[in-house]
Amino acid sequence: MKNLFSKKNLIWLGILIVLFFLVQFMIDARIIIPYHRTILFGIGIFIILGVSLNIIIGITGQLSLGHAGFMSIGAYSAAIVMQYMPDMTGLLLGMLVGTLVSILVSFVVAIPTLRLKGDYLAIATLGVGEIIRIVILNLEITNGASGISNIKNLISWPLLFVFVVAAVVLSANFKNSAIGRACISIKEDEIASEAMGIHTTKYKVIAFIFGAVLASVAGSLYATTYYVVKPETFGIATSINILIIVVFGGMGSLTGSAVSAVFIGIVNMLLQSYAEVRLITYALVLIVVMIFRPQGLFGSKEFGLDKILGFKPPSLKKLRKEEST
Amino acid sequence: MQQFLQQTINGLSIGGVYALIALGYTMVYGIIKLINFAHGEIFMFGAYVGMIAVMNFNIPIYLAFVIAMAVTALFGVIIERVAYKPLRKSSRTAALITAIGVSFLIQNGVLMVMGANIYAFPQVIPNRFFTVFGLRLNMLQLVIFATSIALMIILQFIVSKTKLGRAMRSVAVDKDAAALMGVNVDNVITITFAIGSALAAAAGIMVGLYYIKVFPFMGFTPGLKAFVAAVFGGIGIIPGAMIGGFAIGLIETYVAGYGSTLYKDAVVFIILILILLVKPSGLLGKNVKEKV
Repeated sequence: MKNLFSKKNLIWLGILIVLFFLVQFMIDARIIIPYHRTILFGIGIFIILGVSLNIIIGITGQLSLGHAGFMSIGAYSAAIVMQYMPDMTGLLLGMLVGTLVSILVSFVVAIPTLRLKGDYLAIATLGVGEIIRIVILNLEITNGASGISNIKNLISWPLLFVFVVAAVVLSANFKNSAIGRACISIKEDEIASEAMGIHTTKYKVIAFIFGAVLASVAGSLYATTYYVVKPETFGIATSINILIIVVFGGMGSLTGSAVSAVFIGIVNMLLQSYAEVRLITYALVLIVVMIFRPQGLFGSKEFGLDKILGFKPPSLKKLRKEEST
Repeated sequence: MQQFLQQTINGLSIGGVYALIALGYTMVYGIIKLINFAHGEIFMFGAYVGMIAVMNFNIPIYLAFVIAMAVTALFGVIIERVAYKPLRKSSRTAALITAIGVSFLIQNGVLMVMGANIYAFPQVIPNRFFTVFGLRLNMLQLVIFATSIALMIILQFIVSKTKLGRAMRSVAVDKDAAALMGVNVDNVITITFAIGSALAAAAGIMVGLYYIKVFPFMGFTPGLKAFVAAVFGGIGIIPGAMIGGFAIGLIETYVAGYGSTLYKDAVVFIILILILLVKPSGLLGKNVKEKV
């Protein structure tokens, strides 16, 4: 077992503790006004969404366009459960229900589509996002087009912080685990990894379900942050917004997704009154980035401590040179 | 029984429209293996061009068809040259994301220029009804059905009988070999986009005439359904897209007629998942082993 209290982990822990108390202090001292606090919480939720979609797109190389659908499952589960139990237990229970439903739905979608090579997942998930939206629109329990309002607001900075950090750490561990390495190899070359004995369908399904579950948790947080859930919030535009975060931050870079969620959240706040220009700019950015830097703006590099601490993983070139001499 | 036949007629007329859109998907997929997400938006663009031609310039509808098809074909060519051509060698995910970006761009561009309001397509085809064997036939439905069939016959002729069609088929089979045989691959791809976009424009005008409404997000659902139609018939196969289009149109109409209108959109995606489960290569598709 690796050392849990390595120098690197301790420094990360220190940074997180400092960040947590700094923001908490700013909220208490009213440097962050409630308006900005809501935006801060929104950014936190989009960090979870971005990181979870990156697991599917950036790490495993499968394009999913139904992320907002899974988000809506979590949001509605939390909203419905919290109507009967408007407290923390209700929120956690709702999250659990959302997680179970998301696992079920993503499993049903993943098995037929991920068996195949190619781009069927993109269309299938687009369709599933629509099916979820239509079902929510027509169910009694979800209150149709007007949605559910008056959800109890339970979000707080400590709660959000815990969930965001947990989601990012979980995703990072996923990426660095044996499963994650299998997923990366599928992205690089599906046929080659199959030849190496990797059960490609299995790992693609695992990654897809992992991403869907995190999206559902983010959806539950969304419900309690904004106290209203409506079917129209979780349309294709939201899925594309999450995709933009992933592309901008770099395919396969989890820290990149987190940074770009913060950046895009701030840009959105500043350009709030120019909605159309903003959307057109994002669409252009998406196209231009794909043409000139298809791996995303920051590539698959993680913003890590390795460089600062002077630790360098041995490069492949060097290893090859050593081998040949 | 009579109601069933009536539903069948309704299904066939909307199915013809889906088939026209599906043809664009399938031709582009067959030739460069890209799901052109922007195809639904090209269809929407065509509807707008046709509507402006009829409404603002009082052009007769048959000429409006020709103008919209020409303008939209040019539009499709520009999209292909600017956005997709630089990506021909990069990964499929990159190309797909670009296609989504293009779709988002067209949608919001039209939204900015034309506004979010819903336009009413001028009703230039008289709303006359014929009664044949007790069935009510709408003049508009007949026009739509006849136009889509005529366009499909023209397409089939181009693909199977002309030199251009032979070039298109050869590029679809093997791009490099086609280039070695003297086919100008870039031009063939561009022409494929032009034809696909022109068909989508015709479909756009017909949907405008049929449902009256024209708005920036009108391309999303028909685009998705047409894609399902293309997969249903076997993506990359031209007759497959036609069969798939009619099949999806019929199924959707039956569900709306006998079941619930609310779920008619959801049914189409359930069909997609079922096809992928049972026969992913589609109705007319053959199982092809992947080469390493």
